[in-house]
Amino acid sequence: MIQVSELEHCYNQGTENAKWAVAGVNLTIKDGEFVVIIGHNGSGKSTLAKHFNALLLPTKGSVLVDGFDTGAEESVWEIRRRVGMVFQNPDNQLVATTVEEDVAFGPENLGLPPQEIRNRVDEALDLVRMTDFKTREPHLLSGGQKQRVAIAGVIAMRPNFLVLDEPTAMLDPQGRKEVISTVQNLNKTEGLGVVHITHYMDEAVNADRVIVMEDGKIVLEGKPREVFAQVSKLKELRMDVPQMTELASLLRQRGVDLPKDILSVEEMVKSLCG
Amino acid sequence: MRIIVENVAYTYKAGSPFEAQALKDINLTIEPGEFVGLIGHTGSGKSTLVQHLNGLLLPTEGNVYVGDLDVVSNKGNLRQIRQRVGLVFQYPEHQLFEETVFNDVAFGPKNLGLEPGEIERRVKRALEMVRLDYETIKDRSPFALSGGQMRRVAIAGVLAMEPQILILDEPTAGLDPTGRDEILEEIAKMHSTLGITVVLVSHNMEDVARYANRVIVMDQGQIAMDGSPREIFSQVDQLQSLGLGVPMVGVLMAKLNSLGHNLRGDILTVEEASNEILMWLRGKKDA
Repeated sequence: MIQVSELEHCYNQGTENAKWAVAGVNLTIKDGEFVVIIGHNGSGKSTLAKHFNALLLPTKGSVLVDGFDTGAEESVWEIRRRVGMVFQNPDNQLVATTVEEDVAFGPENLGLPPQEIRNRVDEALDLVRMTDFKTREPHLLSGGQKQRVAIAGVIAMRPNFLVLDEPTAMLDPQGRKEVISTVQNLNKTEGLGVVHITHYMDEAVNADRVIVMEDGKIVLEGKPREVFAQVSKLKELRMDVPQMTELASLLRQRGVDLPKDILSVEEMVKSLCG
Repeated sequence: MRIIVENVAYTYKAGSPFEAQALKDINLTIEPGEFVGLIGHTGSGKSTLVQHLNGLLLPTEGNVYVGDLDVVSNKGNLRQIRQRVGLVFQYPEHQLFEETVFNDVAFGPKNLGLEPGEIERRVKRALEMVRLDYETIKDRSPFALSGGQMRRVAIAGVLAMEPQILILDEPTAGLDPTGRDEILEEIAKMHSTLGITVVLVSHNMEDVARYANRVIVMDQGQIAMDGSPREIFSQVDQLQSLGLGVPMVGVLMAKLNSLGHNLRGDILTVEEASNEILMWLRGKKDA
C-alpha cells in the first residue's frame, strides 16, 4: 500500500524561483489497484509519482510504502525494490548490450545467486512477451519493445507497484497498444499494483480509479465513468474527453435521453438503438 | 508553388543484404495552399516520402519537382529547394543547440547571408507566429524552456527560412492536450493567413480529420488512399485493414449503418455526429 498524507513539494525552495509543484495531496493506493493519473504538463503528476519510490522527498507531509517512510534514508532500498518506475523516453532507460543483460541489471545488483537471476529474467521477459528478443541489442528494438524491456527490468525486481510516467508519450499507436496491454495483463494476472501517468484519456478507460491533477492538487477522482461523465469540468481543465462521452453530453444537452457515462461506440449504439 | 513527385522509388541500403524498398512508384501532385494530412502506420514510408520533398533523400528512381526546380538535376545544390520547403522533424527540440533563442532561430537566415536587419525581422516574425513573445524570450537559453516552448522555438527556426511549403513530421508527439491544440491552431493559422502549403504527418486521426483538406494514406511504400477527409474517413473498414485508427465518431456511424440504419458515413467531428444523430432520431420519431 502507498499512503500519501498532506504531501507538498516545492522546487527551489527559498529562492525566487520557488515553485510548489504538489500542494496538498492525500491519496492511498491499495495493493493490486490500477490507478491512472492525468493532468497537464506542470500539473504536478510526475512530481507526485516520483515521491512513490523516494526519487523525490516531501517538502511537507509524508509518503509511506508498505509502512516504510520514504523520508527515512535507511528505507530507500526497501522502497525502491517495492516500487519500480518506467519513464517516458524509451532510449534513456536501457543500459546493457543485450535485452537479457539489461533485464538482469537490477537482480544482479541485489546480489542474488546466478540461477535465481536467470529465473527472474526469463520470467520477466515472458511476462512482457519479449522472450524471442532476449539476445537482441536493445537499440535495434522498436519504441514499444524498448518500453516492454524496461518494464521487464522492473518486474525482475519483483515489486509490488509499477509506476509509469508517460510511458507511451513517444510511441506510435502500435507501440502504445503493446505497452498498455502488457501493463493491463501484469495488473490482472500478477496482481501488480499500477500507477499510470498519461495524457491519453483512452488509456484511463479500463483503470480502477482515475485521478485528475491541476496546479499540484487532485481536482477530480473516481471510477473512469464517474470522472469522464463530467464533460464540462474536464473541458474547463482543457483535458480531452473520449469522443463518445462528449457526443453523449452534446446529445443530452439537446434533449436526447442517454446515460451520462457512455465510454465506447458499443455502449452508444446500444443506448441509441436499445 | 506546386510539388510534383514523379515515379519515385527509394531503396535503403541498396545492394546490401539489408536492402529495403521504402517507396515504390509514387506519383503525387500537391497544389499550392493545400493542407495535406499524411497518415500510415510506422514503416509505411511516410517519413521517407517527406524527406524526398526537400531533397534530404534523393530518389533511387524518378524525380521530385518543387516549382521550377527538381531534386535530381540540382542534387549538387539543394539550397534553393530547401529554402522553399521547410521540414520540421519529429522531436525538433532535440536539434536546438545555440546559447540563446535568438541565435537558434537566426541560424538558418544567417547561413543565407542575409543582412542583420532582415535576420532580426525574420526571427521576430517567426517567434510571433508560434506565439512566443520576442522580447521576453530572445535572450533566454532554449534549454531552460518548457517542452512545448522548446518545440515552438524549433518550429520558428524553420519558419524563419520563410518556406512556401511547410512539412511537419508528428509536430505534436509527446505534448499534452493543451500544447497539442495550441500548436495545431498555430499551424492552421499560418496556413490560412500566409497561404503556405502544409503537409502534416500524424498518427492522430482526429487531428487530421479536423485540419486537413486532403488526406493521403501510405501503406507498404505506396499511396493506398488519397482524397478529402470525408471520403477517406468514411471508409472505416479499409482504414482498419491498413492498421489505422478511425475517429470514434466515424466508427459509430459505420456501426449504426451496418445495423440497417441510414446515416451519413462521412462524419468528422463530434458536433457533426450530434447533428446527424439528432436528425436521424427525429426522422425515426416522425416515421
